[in-house]
Amino acid sequence: MATVKFEQAMARLEAIVGELERGDLPLDESLKIFEEGIRLSKSCLKVLEDAEKKVEVLVQEKNGKKKLQAFSPADEVDDSSS
Amino acid sequence: MIVRGRLTVYEPRGEYQIVLEHAEPKGIGALQLAFEQLKERLAAEGLFDQERKKSLPAFPQTVGLVTSITGAAIHDILTVLQKRWPILHIIIAPVQVQGEGAAKQIADAVTSLNSMKEIDVIIVGRGGGSWEDLWTFNEEPVVRAIAASRIPVVSAIGHEVDVTLADLAADLRAPTPSAAAEMVVPVLSHLVTQLEDCTVRIQRVVGQRCAVERHRLQAHVSELSRMRFDVQEKSQRVDELTGRLCQALDELSSTMKQHLRDCHHDLLSHSPLYFVKHGLTLIPQLVTRLHRQMKSVTLHRRQRVQQVVAELNNLSPLAILGRGYSILYNLGTGQIIRRAQDVRIGDELKARLASGRLGCVVKDVIPPTSA
Repeated sequence: MATVKFEQAMARLEAIVGELERGDLPLDESLKIFEEGIRLSKSCLKVLEDAEKKVEVLVQEKNGKKKLQAFSPADEVDDSSS
Repeated sequence: MIVRGRLTVYEPRGEYQIVLEHAEPKGIGALQLAFEQLKERLAAEGLFDQERKKSLPAFPQTVGLVTSITGAAIHDILTVLQKRWPILHIIIAPVQVQGEGAAKQIADAVTSLNSMKEIDVIIVGRGGGSWEDLWTFNEEPVVRAIAASRIPVVSAIGHEVDVTLADLAADLRAPTPSAAAEMVVPVLSHLVTQLEDCTVRIQRVVGQRCAVERHRLQAHVSELSRMRFDVQEKSQRVDELTGRLCQALDELSSTMKQHLRDCHHDLLSHSPLYFVKHGLTLIPQLVTRLHRQMKSVTLHRRQRVQQVVAELNNLSPLAILGRGYSILYNLGTGQIIRRAQDVRIGDELKARLASGRLGCVVKDVIPPTSA
């Protein structure tokens, strides 16, 4: 998800809802932004559905390079010292 | 323990009392001094300026987490993040949060996460602890790394009362690690509801609008068909009137043509040419008749004149003279003498004869015997 694009899409969608609810647009313009709104709403939902849920840990290897590896809750140790 | 306060005496019993205004563990004063000095220096550089604070993305995709891999903080943060925004990609940069080398690790972790372009926001956190435990977050490299981060940083260090320099440098300070997680991500279910609500609202609004427009359209359509009927009716009337008009014009036209033909005929029959032609034949006849008449009249007149001349000749005194008569004139008066008594003896008279004249003298006058 391009964060900025998603935010813009949400903002645009809300603007469209506002414009349509004000009801002062010509019909063809209303239908045009209605379609845009439905498209945005679908694509936003799709973005949310498609987003990959994962937790990774950035680990430093012996050669000093860093790499990501999957994090398992088992790594999480309840340690009150932190 | 170092304390500061007012010393008072309770007179009835002669006891001393100290009213404390300030107390600190022995040894903390040095740390506090270092804290204040560093804070002042970094503030002077503008590291804590409000204008530097970046706003957080509303819908982060990837969050970097700088904290200890063990402990309550990471557990709380992960729990809240995953509960609210289950689609989040989380990259944990595990660090020591206290002790030797912790500051460098934290600073390095913030810098490393900044080199990963997919990260939208960073949480730097640790659970509660003593002021000394939290000291790492007052160390200059940590503060500078946070201030230099191009990615927005949310700090969640210790409890709400503990304010570290890292907190001051961060773009947003959360009171606890859980609160940091709440600040960083929205609630997915709310967002989905909001999206669905948007969809429902625009569908409802557009549906209503379409219904209204359809109704208007139908009204226009029936109005149009009524008008079309009107137009058809009127056009039939126009056709009918046009036919009648054409017919009337034809009739008028043929009447006028007939009248015109009559006029033309009349005009031709009264043409001056006709009279001219007629005159041209009549004039020679008249001329002939005139000549003839003139000749006849002339002849008649001439005969009459000759007759009168003959009669005149007969009556002429000269003609009488031819038969032996003569005319006497008084030579003096020139009068013709008709009676004897008009002359006396001796008067000279002139006598006119048929041929020539005579001079005479009167010798005797003899008047008529009986008058």
